[in-house]
Amino acid sequence: MASPRIIVVGGGLAGLSSVIKIAEAGGSVDLFSIVPVKRSHSVCAQGGINAAKNLKGEGDTTWQHFDDSIYGGDFLANQTPVKAMCENAPAVIDLLDRMGVPFNRTPEGLLDFRRFGGTLYHRTAFAGATTGQQLLYALDEQVRRFESEGKVKKYEGWEFLSAIIDSKGVARGITAMNLRTMELRAFPADAVILATGGVGALFGKSTNSVVCTGSAQSAVFQQGAYYANGEFIQVHPTAIPGEDKLRLMSESARGEGGRVWVPRKAGDKRVFSQIPESERWYFLEEWYPKYGNLVPRDVATRAIFKAVYEYGLGIDGQPMVYLDLSHIDRETLDRKLGGILEIYEKFVGDDPHEVPMKIFPGMHYTMGGLWVDFNQMTNIPGLFAVGECEYQYHGANRLGANSLMSCIHGGFITGPIVMKYAKSVDAVEGDGGAAAELARQAEINKALISNQGTENPFKLWRELGQTMTEHATVIRYNKGLQQADQKIMELMDRYKSVNLSDKSQWANTSFAFARQLKNMLELSRVVVQGAFLRDESRGAHYKPDFPDRNDEKFLKTTKARFTGEVEGPSFEFEEVDTQFITPRPRRYDAAK
Amino acid sequence: MATKTVTLEIKRQASPDSPAVWEKFELEWRPGMNVISAMMEIAANPVTVDGRETTPISYDSNCLEEICGSCAMRINGKARMACSALVDNLEQPIKVEPLSKFPLVRDLQVDRSVLFENLKAVQAWVPIDGTYDLGPGPRVFPAQQEVSYPLSNCISCTCCMEVCPQFNEATGFVGAATIAQVKLFNNHPTGRVLAEERLRALAGDGGVQECGFAQNCVEVCPKQIPLTDAISDISRDVLFQKAKDLIRS
Repeated sequence: MASPRIIVVGGGLAGLSSVIKIAEAGGSVDLFSIVPVKRSHSVCAQGGINAAKNLKGEGDTTWQHFDDSIYGGDFLANQTPVKAMCENAPAVIDLLDRMGVPFNRTPEGLLDFRRFGGTLYHRTAFAGATTGQQLLYALDEQVRRFESEGKVKKYEGWEFLSAIIDSKGVARGITAMNLRTMELRAFPADAVILATGGVGALFGKSTNSVVCTGSAQSAVFQQGAYYANGEFIQVHPTAIPGEDKLRLMSESARGEGGRVWVPRKAGDKRVFSQIPESERWYFLEEWYPKYGNLVPRDVATRAIFKAVYEYGLGIDGQPMVYLDLSHIDRETLDRKLGGILEIYEKFVGDDPHEVPMKIFPGMHYTMGGLWVDFNQMTNIPGLFAVGECEYQYHGANRLGANSLMSCIHGGFITGPIVMKYAKSVDAVEGDGGAAAELARQAEINKALISNQGTENPFKLWRELGQTMTEHATVIRYNKGLQQADQKIMELMDRYKSVNLSDKSQWANTSFAFARQLKNMLELSRVVVQGAFLRDESRGAHYKPDFPDRNDEKFLKTTKARFTGEVEGPSFEFEEVDTQFITPRPRRYDAAK
Repeated sequence: MATKTVTLEIKRQASPDSPAVWEKFELEWRPGMNVISAMMEIAANPVTVDGRETTPISYDSNCLEEICGSCAMRINGKARMACSALVDNLEQPIKVEPLSKFPLVRDLQVDRSVLFENLKAVQAWVPIDGTYDLGPGPRVFPAQQEVSYPLSNCISCTCCMEVCPQFNEATGFVGAATIAQVKLFNNHPTGRVLAEERLRALAGDGGVQECGFAQNCVEVCPKQIPLTDAISDISRDVLFQKAKDLIRS
C-alpha cells in the first residue's frame, strides 16, 4: 500500500510537530502555509514553555502542573487531554533540547526554569525571551531535513480555502489558492490537519500576527465543523499599545521580578523617578499577596482595568500602567529578557533597564476553537485540528507558557493518530467531491472580483475590530453583545457591496484579505453570541451582571454549529470531563 | 491648525514584467506610526497625493514586532524591517522600495526563497536519531549557550544579503546568514557530526571565500548577530577542512 498522503495546513509549532511525526512514520506530507513556515506566528511567543521537570528541588510534579492548568482554566477544560499533555511535557522538553533549542542553562549546564503566572513553581523552560522563535526554528529545521529527503512538500504562499468533503461527509482534501498567481487548485489527501492558529484579527488590533484571521477555522465551521468555546478570548495584561498592532510584553518580565504599579494619586504629573516608593501602588501585590504580579492573565487584566477605570489611576490619566524592571540589574535583564526589552526600546523609544514600561491589556489568545474529540478529530471525519485553532487544552483561561506545550504536544500526538486513521479509511469514491468544491470556490472568487459597490474591506475590518474590542473582550454586558451582533450583521450586509480597488490577478493581497474578512465576520458572531448565552463569569469571560461562576448551568462546553440563517449559529452545550479533579472555587488571593 | 502629515513615496511595480513607477502619498500623522501602519492606512484609502485612485500596496508582513523577518524592504535607501521603521525617526518624504537583490513579485514583495535553499544545502539542522523519548539532550554550559543564542536569533530577513556587494549572480555567494547558521550547528554537541559536510558545502564557488569583508552585513543586521565573527571563524574552519581533505586524498 502506498504511504498515506496527509495535508497539514499551517506551519507553526502545532503544524510542524505534526509534520515531523508523520514524516518519521513514513507518511507523505503536503504542508500549506500563507507565509514561509519559518515566519509563522509561533515565532512571537516569548516567555517559555511549561513542563514539571522539577529541577529546582521544589517537589513539582506533572499532577501539580495538571492541577494548575485545570484550576487556571476555571475547570472548563476536559481533563483527560490536559492530564496527558502535562504528563508528556517533560519528554517534549527533552526532545526540544536534543533538537538544539538554545534554552537558558544553569551553571551546571542543565536546563534553567523560571516562574510564570498561575503557579508557585519554577516550571517554565526558556530561551532568553524569544522561546517561541527558538522552538519554531528547531522544528522548522527538522522539517527542512525531511523536505530535503523528499518526505515533505511545502506549499508556502498558498492559502487554505475549504475542505473537500465527499458524499458521506468525509474530508478528502482541500482547496487552496496561490497568493501570487491566484490559481485555485484542489489537493486530494487521505486526511487533513488544520493548524491555523488564533483569531486575533477579529479584534482588529491584537498581539497576533497578520495571518491570524481565523479564516480557515471559519471556512470549515461553515462547512459543518463545530466551533467550541468561541467566547473565551484571552486578553493579555501587558501589551504595548501601537498604531498597527498591540505588541506583547511577555509575562516573563513579571516572572523575573517585574512589578506592576500606578501612582497612588490620580493624575500625578511627576515622572516615575520623582514618585517615592510610598506613593506607588503595587495593586497586584496588595490584592493577591500569595501570587503577587504572577496571578493568571485574566485576573491581572481585570485588576489593571479596575485600577485604571474604577480608581482612575492610569498613568497621566491615560489607560496605561507601569511594568517596572528598573530595579533589576542590567546583566540579569539582558541574559533573561534581552529580546523583549529590545522590542520595547525599538518601538517606544524608552530603555526599560532605566525607565518603567507603560503597558495595557490587549487581545492575545484564542482559548476556543474547532471542536475536536480526544483524538484531535473534528466532527468531520478525516479533518483534524491542532494547536490554537482547536479548543481542547486551556478551558476558560490559558496559563502562560502552556500554549507552546499544547501546540507541540498536540502535534506530536496528532501525527500518529492521523497516520492510523489514514491507513484504515475507506478508499475515496471518484474525486471525493473535489471538482464540485473547486467550482464552488471559483464561483466565490468570480463574484468577489467583479462585485460593484462602495465598501472598502479594510474599513469594514476596522469597524469590526472596534466593535469586538469594545463589547467582547475584558468586560461583557448582554446589551453590548447584542449591539455587537447587530453591528456584525450590518457589516455582513455592507460586505455584499464590497468593491476591490485592485482587480488584478497577480499577488492581489486585498482580494485575499476580502475573502478572509467574510470568514472573520461569520466567526465573530460565534464569539459574540456564545458570550451572550453564557450568563456567568468564568476565567476570561467576565460579566459584571453575572459575577460568579455557575457550575450547575455552565460547567459545559459551548458548541456552535453553522446554520446559514439570519439568526446566526445554533448552540448546544456539552458536559465537561471532570473525572480527575472536582471543581472548586478559583481564587488567587490565597494559596489554592 | 493644520494637521501634521506624513509623506511617503513608494515604488510600485504591478508584476515582474511591468514598468516601475513611483507613487506619492500624504497621510495624517499619528503618534507611534511606522511604515507598516502607513501602508495599512493607504489600503483603507488608496488615493495618491494628487487625488488619483490606486491599489493597496503589496508587501510581505506578519508579526510586526521584528521577529518573523517578513517585512524587509529599502526605506530611505536602507535595507531594514518596515515594522520597526518609526515614521518620526525618518526623513521625509519617506522613500520605500523593494529589496533589489531578489526576484521581484509585486510592489514591495520579493522572493527570498534562496535563503531557505541555502539552509538546505548546508544541512542547517541537528540530525537527531528520532523524536521518541531518548532522555535529555547533551549538557550545554551557559558560556556556550551565550554564543549559540545570538546566532539562533537570525530572522531570515535577508538584509545582510541585500547590502553585501558580493551577493550577486556572478559570485553565487551564499551570504552571511547561512554562514552564521553553519557556525551555530557546527558548535552544537550533536550538530557537529555534520561539521565537515557543512564546511565542504561552503568551500567552493559561492562559499565563504567570496566574502569581501565589506562588513555591511553586521551593520545592517536588525538582530545584531556577530556575522563577521562567524564568517572569520568559518573561513578558518573551511581552510583547515580543505587542508585535511588534501592530506587525506
